[in-house]
Amino acid sequence: MHADPAAFTPELILLAGAVAALLTGAFVPRRRQWTAQLIAAAALAGSLAATGTIGAPGDTVYAGSYTLDGATLAARLIVPAAALLTLALAARRTRGDAREAEFAVLVLLASAGTILLAGSSDLLLLAVAYLLASIPLYALAGWGRDRRGAEGALKIYLLGVLAGILLLLGVAILYGLAGSTNYTELAAQLPHAPPAALGAGLVAVLAGLLFKAGAVPVHFWVPDAVQGATVGAGAFLTTIPKIGALLALYRLVLTMPGDGVNWRLLLAIIAAASMTLGNLAAFRQNSPTRLLAYSTISQVGYLLMAIVVAGTAARPAPLAALVLYLAAYAAANLGAFAVVAAQPHRATLADYRGLARAHPALVAVLVVCLLALVGTPPTGVFTGKLTVFSTAWDGGFAWLVVIAAINTVASLYYYLRWIAPAFTPATPTPTAEDGRAGAAEPAAGQPVRKGSTRRAPLRALTHPAHWVTASAVIAGLAALLLGPAADIVMTMAPGAQP
Amino acid sequence: MMPVLIFLPAAVAAVLLLARVPDRAALLAWLGTSLATVGISVGLWAAYLAGARKGADGFAFEVKVPWIPGVGSSFHVGVDGLSLPLLALTAVVFTACAVYSLRQGQRPRSYAALFLALQTTSLGLFAALDLIVFFVFFDLSIVGMYFIIAGWGHGPGRRRSALLFFLYTFVGSLALLLGFIGLYVASDPHTFDIVALAAHPPLTGPGPAGPLVLAAIALGLAIKTPTVPFHTWLPPAHTDAPAAGSAVLAGILLKMGTFGFVRIAMPLLPEQWRAYAWVFIGVGVASVLYGALVALAQHNFKRLVAFTSVNHMGYILLALGAAGLLGDDKAREVAVSGAMVQMVSHGLITAALFLLAGVLLDRGGSYDMNRYGGLAAVAPRFAAVTAVAAFASLGLPGFSGFIAEFQILAGSLGPATPAAAVAALGIVLTAALMLWALHRLFLGAPRSQLATTVTDLRPRELWAIVPLLAGSVLIGLYPQSLLDVITPAAHTLITMVGR
Repeated sequence: MHADPAAFTPELILLAGAVAALLTGAFVPRRRQWTAQLIAAAALAGSLAATGTIGAPGDTVYAGSYTLDGATLAARLIVPAAALLTLALAARRTRGDAREAEFAVLVLLASAGTILLAGSSDLLLLAVAYLLASIPLYALAGWGRDRRGAEGALKIYLLGVLAGILLLLGVAILYGLAGSTNYTELAAQLPHAPPAALGAGLVAVLAGLLFKAGAVPVHFWVPDAVQGATVGAGAFLTTIPKIGALLALYRLVLTMPGDGVNWRLLLAIIAAASMTLGNLAAFRQNSPTRLLAYSTISQVGYLLMAIVVAGTAARPAPLAALVLYLAAYAAANLGAFAVVAAQPHRATLADYRGLARAHPALVAVLVVCLLALVGTPPTGVFTGKLTVFSTAWDGGFAWLVVIAAINTVASLYYYLRWIAPAFTPATPTPTAEDGRAGAAEPAAGQPVRKGSTRRAPLRALTHPAHWVTASAVIAGLAALLLGPAADIVMTMAPGAQP
Repeated sequence: MMPVLIFLPAAVAAVLLLARVPDRAALLAWLGTSLATVGISVGLWAAYLAGARKGADGFAFEVKVPWIPGVGSSFHVGVDGLSLPLLALTAVVFTACAVYSLRQGQRPRSYAALFLALQTTSLGLFAALDLIVFFVFFDLSIVGMYFIIAGWGHGPGRRRSALLFFLYTFVGSLALLLGFIGLYVASDPHTFDIVALAAHPPLTGPGPAGPLVLAAIALGLAIKTPTVPFHTWLPPAHTDAPAAGSAVLAGILLKMGTFGFVRIAMPLLPEQWRAYAWVFIGVGVASVLYGALVALAQHNFKRLVAFTSVNHMGYILLALGAAGLLGDDKAREVAVSGAMVQMVSHGLITAALFLLAGVLLDRGGSYDMNRYGGLAAVAPRFAAVTAVAAFASLGLPGFSGFIAEFQILAGSLGPATPAAAVAALGIVLTAALMLWALHRLFLGAPRSQLATTVTDLRPRELWAIVPLLAGSVLIGLYPQSLLDVITPAAHTLITMVGR
């Protein structure tokens, strides 16, 4: 099965949705721009449905350039689901905005690119997918069109272009060494390549993929872009590009020869540096989004641990561990961002005083998601950490597991710095502020009241604040339930096992 | 039966959190649930003695449901002679706390829900036969207790104490997780199942892996227990926790550490346990003496009780260490069964003492013993009950503490003579400090205005505290009731350690 457009149905639906949303946005009046969002949501749901019918046949299409295995299946499920949550959690900010449709279009394009990135088994397709997944991110970071957003967008753009050039350079080197861009050919030819050239090519490609994952040493864009961007865009930037980048990285390292270039050690060092530096920087943050930005840098470190032992016989299977962690992290991270999006007037951690009183449901989500990010059982990230730690140790990287455990303890401190104020009774001034904000947006974060009039449920449904709260609750539930249901996620991915 | 016992409290907690139950009804629901768990425990106990449902591997009421087959972990729980007494203890102590808290005024619904959730984590941990299940409940107990101290504690430093507690014990739990992963990686086929790992202990033979894994697990458990020098989180946590929180923390949560030694460290790493038994004996003796000496120096009644916990936990470690020294099997068996009785005994007595400390704070607003005096005249029932609890704690014959400490010292004297001799000094110190505390609180003339404001125990408080002490007396006078269950399990354990 070489040429089969139907195999790309989930990606094509996203692409068609993006075009439709763009056209809709251009032609409908501003107060009805939400139709573009609706189209985007429908496209994401349609993509999920198409994935459900295709499954993971386990073969490749178009001369081996795209692989339809468990890893691609995982990306096709996690990415649209996470993008749907992002659209919902951003609703309060995007609704009624002049660029509401653009937000939806950018999310769709970046999602499509991310999935392509995860499924590529050819260097050229990898490069194309990198660009498709990256360029919308630059615009997304600056979507708010304010000064900080512009600064963040500029940072991610400059670093992204640099990393992109390096990636292309690496692709060229690897092609020169193997005489082919196809991964099967690479795996066959690269063992005969000179180690120095192979190392240079690998490092250059790594630069591009690690940039998208937000790992040290190409992480500098993360804090500024995430804090400067709108909350919804920040949630997207910290969650979705990672999924594609790490799955692509997993695929790529499988083509590397076992000897010559010690890429496992290189990745292990990057993982250790990423989790440690991200943690250290997160300690002193006072802005929730900036804290989450540094937290995401440290989380990449844990995720990379699974890739360090990719292709070994380590148990549990590294890919299954990676997919489980990615899904659980996406849920927990989006949940935390959704709480931020639901409380836009709380700009610092100290502003979260009194949240427990005012919004019990939101505080429950916040506690679940932050403790999940720590890795507290029984949440999904706990099972993710457990499997990732186990597989890394079984693959011979016990020292990395020890570093990761120490970092996990350290991370508890800054996540608790956010949880603790939420349970402190509000001081008089913030209460008044809270009251004012509440008066301005009466439905903020409140549970849906069963209507006294018949149309109340309908009104509630169209109120963006409810979408934000709903996305927070759904993400929180997913973050929690992915722990007990870890097996379902883990059995999704075995198709990509070599 | 086991899933019902374990998850019934959590299910009620979920209902309390989601539905807007009236405060009073929430507290009654808590009490009712706790009583139900007591009933189930009694049923389990009777059925266990009758030999019901005992599997081939020695565990009764076993449940094994696949959870994450890819990681070799299943939801595996069961009951044996080591866990049954602690399951029953959990049910009893939580019921006492429910009775004590019937007049809880501050956010009672969430308070009840948190305690119920905490009860699930305790019951689940004691029944766990899978390392990951054990770890899940171990970690969740930390989270639950953090919110109890931070949310309902008193004193300006409660957030700090709660944070210290969380960070410190979280370090322990991560060390524990590392140790568990080490066991998993070393086992073949890879598994987290305690029964399977105990049947074929991994990490046999020379090499640094075995001692390192034991060190990680022992560090995690020692922090939770706590033993010297990892006890520094305990006094502030206790001082700032609400009375019922302290009772559960000392009565149940500390047992998670010592229970971990008998359930995991000893049977799964027998070779290493024997090699490093002297380390545990040394830490145990140090805890016995240090805990008693520091307790002697306290003016704060609650801190005093907290430090006696360090002392009492030290005896357990001494006994378990002695069980790792080969020699007279009978003596080692007595030492282990003494350690198990000590867990139950300490749970009952310390829970009672912490609830009494709560009464003291409630009446006088202070734990400072120097500001009271002469309370026996104004609050005779309070004085009498506290005196009984103190005598039980110092190991007077007729109480459970005596049975426990006698067995521990008798059992360790053979294998570890000098250590047992030094630890016996601790008994003298405990007697002195308890008597001195009683003296300062209840005898002499009132030393401040505070002492005259103290009123006597109310029926609710009596109903909470007296049954705990009655349990201690029952074990003290009729130890066979407990030993019938413990002794066979102690025998199995020393056989496993002796492999």
